[in-house]
Amino acid sequence: MIAFVFLFFVVLTLASAVFVLVSRNVLYSAFGLMVTFLGMSALYVFAGADFLAITQIMVYVGGILVLLVFGVMLTRKKESKSTGLPSRILTEHRRTFWGVLVAGALFAVLSTVLSRARFQRVEAGHYEPIARKTTIHDLGTGLMTDYVFPFELAGILLLIALIGAAYLASTTNKTQG
Amino acid sequence: MILPLSYFLLTAALLFSIGLAMVIVKRNAIVVLMGVELMLNAANLNLVAFSRFDPSLTGQFFGLFVIIVAAAEVSVALAIVLQVFRHFNTVQIDEVQSMQEK
Repeated sequence: MIAFVFLFFVVLTLASAVFVLVSRNVLYSAFGLMVTFLGMSALYVFAGADFLAITQIMVYVGGILVLLVFGVMLTRKKESKSTGLPSRILTEHRRTFWGVLVAGALFAVLSTVLSRARFQRVEAGHYEPIARKTTIHDLGTGLMTDYVFPFELAGILLLIALIGAAYLASTTNKTQG
Repeated sequence: MILPLSYFLLTAALLFSIGLAMVIVKRNAIVVLMGVELMLNAANLNLVAFSRFDPSLTGQFFGLFVIIVAAAEVSVALAIVLQVFRHFNTVQIDEVQSMQEK
């Protein structure tokens, strides 16, 4: 039963990712990407990462995707408003052959490597999948003890990114100071 | 019932390939950014899938920091895309070529 649910989410994630790839309408791509991110968070739950699944929904769907849709809105061309057509923001495809070729070759290499790889210590049962009720307690303890330096560094990085993005996107003329 | 590790790894490999195809094929800079996000997410799925076997959850910590860096990256990248749009009045990335020799 759980395998069927897992397969459903895998198919959902992959199908919406392919839809993002083939769709020419940028907004349709954005909404397809939302389904992909939700499916990914379901896969995180299957891998036993409940806190990461919630973080995925909050950061990707609630933050990054909204930011991308804002980017789509702000980079509309002016002349598309004047025509009577419904304003669709389209993206063209170029080098379709090379894109499919490179991606297909990469997937062929990766799947060959993965099918030949023997994760011996995993498969020989040295490590069993650990059944946890929740990872929140371990993650919180780890972030405040072992990983406190990268945690604080991530805070500084986010502050720098915030200031840099606000500075880069500002409309004032920078040559005048 | 335990799901095999290879299911996660194959899914992640397929998602990474789709993201790479998006980066190569699409002309709109924002859709290219979506492809980059998809690739980061696929790599994250690998980390999380391996951390199932790890009592100290190192993979999940790494995944958490990947999400943080992805958020910082996309905000700065969108600011750059906005600035490019103001300067060139387009976000089609192969029309932006004024640094190229004419």
